[in-house]
Amino acid sequence: MSANSVALAYLVAAILFILTLKGLSSPLTARRGNMFGMVGMAIAVLTTLTLTHNVVYILIAIAAGGSIGALVARRIQMTQMPELVAAMHSLVGLAAVLIAMSAFNNPVAYGIALPGELLHASNRIELFIGTFVGAITFTGSIIAFGKLSGKLSGRPLRFPGQHWVNLGLGIAMVGFGIAFFLHPSWTPFLIMTAIALLLGVLLIVPIGGADMPVVVSMLNSYSGWAAAGIGFTLNNNMLIIAGSLVGSSGAILSYIMCKAMNRAFLNVILGGFGGGEGAAAASDDGVQKTYRSGSADDAAFLMGNADSVIIVPGYGLAVARAQHAINEMSKMLTDKGIKVRYAIHPVAGRMPGHMNVLLAEAEVPYDQVVEMDEINNEFADTDVVLVIGANDVVNPAAKSDPNSPIYGMPILEAHKARTVLVVKRSMATGYAGLDNDLFYMDKTMMIFGDAKKVVEDVIKALQH
Amino acid sequence: MSGVDPFILNLTVFVLAIFVGYHVVWNVTPALHTPLMAVTNAVSGIIIVGAMLAAGPKQLDVGTVLGLVAVALAAVNVFGGFMVTQRMLEMFKKKGK
Repeated sequence: MSANSVALAYLVAAILFILTLKGLSSPLTARRGNMFGMVGMAIAVLTTLTLTHNVVYILIAIAAGGSIGALVARRIQMTQMPELVAAMHSLVGLAAVLIAMSAFNNPVAYGIALPGELLHASNRIELFIGTFVGAITFTGSIIAFGKLSGKLSGRPLRFPGQHWVNLGLGIAMVGFGIAFFLHPSWTPFLIMTAIALLLGVLLIVPIGGADMPVVVSMLNSYSGWAAAGIGFTLNNNMLIIAGSLVGSSGAILSYIMCKAMNRAFLNVILGGFGGGEGAAAASDDGVQKTYRSGSADDAAFLMGNADSVIIVPGYGLAVARAQHAINEMSKMLTDKGIKVRYAIHPVAGRMPGHMNVLLAEAEVPYDQVVEMDEINNEFADTDVVLVIGANDVVNPAAKSDPNSPIYGMPILEAHKARTVLVVKRSMATGYAGLDNDLFYMDKTMMIFGDAKKVVEDVIKALQH
Repeated sequence: MSGVDPFILNLTVFVLAIFVGYHVVWNVTPALHTPLMAVTNAVSGIIIVGAMLAAGPKQLDVGTVLGLVAVALAAVNVFGGFMVTQRMLEMFKKKGK
């Protein structure tokens, strides 16, 4: 194909990608959007195929990678989505590094150097940027994958002088980048790449616990920038446009997650929060606080006689695999004419929107699932709130206690309801290691036990 | 315009694409943020285009082999990303009645 027809085909693909993201503004248009995305990708791949020689090898590589991807997509459990996404980011990062190496190996074939000459000056900078963003994305995502899948400890790992080490490595990396710019050869290029790979590990290692949703979103963004960086190197608009769309999407999700936790982005990146070492901070006033505990039967009675119930699910619900049971329970309540809704905090799962998917999988109707900003005004008029597997996101200290570490974090105002039921394994603290005053309020009843078991007992009690 | 450096043209496209991305993504409903991330995984698989160009030159050498590996890696994202997104969106459909 001529260069012009290729560019036009890429334009069509780019527009289809934009429509893909646009489709996600509503569940009704989202599937059509995804279809646009597939068509766009097919156009981009087929167009590029006309520019290459080793078509058979390339098709074999696509078939190999594609079948692995298809298999994983079919098998993966929805609770494992954060790990899958992190793993995929790492692949984009590694691909970017490999392409950059290939481009440097044979710049003439890419039209970024004339035969017998060195790489163009501007391409050296672009190659440097594309490579280090790709390398950091690659190793950073592997660490994130390890933490999310439980193969590595989720605790933040910190050591003295960490930030100085990172800063030193960053400066060294730029130094070798400059050396590469002045005299493009493999030595500075490979050293620079190695430092970037190490930096990727060191940047993600100190972040853990509750901050993982931010990390996943951030690496999502990086994977886009890596693709865009390679686009600059190869003067390829398709890569630049698609990469920028992904990059800005990840950046926005990072921003939303930080805001939902009332944390400054830089603070998250520097790491060290949510490790559980603050657990001792619970109830420092020395007063033994009392709480009321009840049974599943009590919970069934209270909900069965209510007019309205709001369920506040947290990740503990998914860990206990109680989504299906809770859907069955809410169906029974709905059949009794009780208004049931689910209130979702933006950080309710392990990645943005995770809880929505987990509930959708359990066939909870999505019109019953309401975001925080929309439902917060309604708690005051609600008879019963059932908090299940959530803790910090309903801690009233975030609103009332300026000394609390989570002060200022937006919360679901469950404490305003007439009665609050909290299903929990024990009185242990949540991710942030804080005690929760909600548990000690007069209108609160604690129901101890495994979330799934408790909900099943509630269902049994409701049947009588 | 003929004297413009390709870098400036790339930069123009880059900045405009970020603008479009910014506005489109803010309109995504929070309920679909996980599918958004999965589909952007697939879209970032567009790096397959760069990988194919790396694998493209007629004579096979280190560079083309690296390119072929990159093609396979990116293909995991393309297929895995779109298919898992489709799977999730089907869940949102069933109760959309």
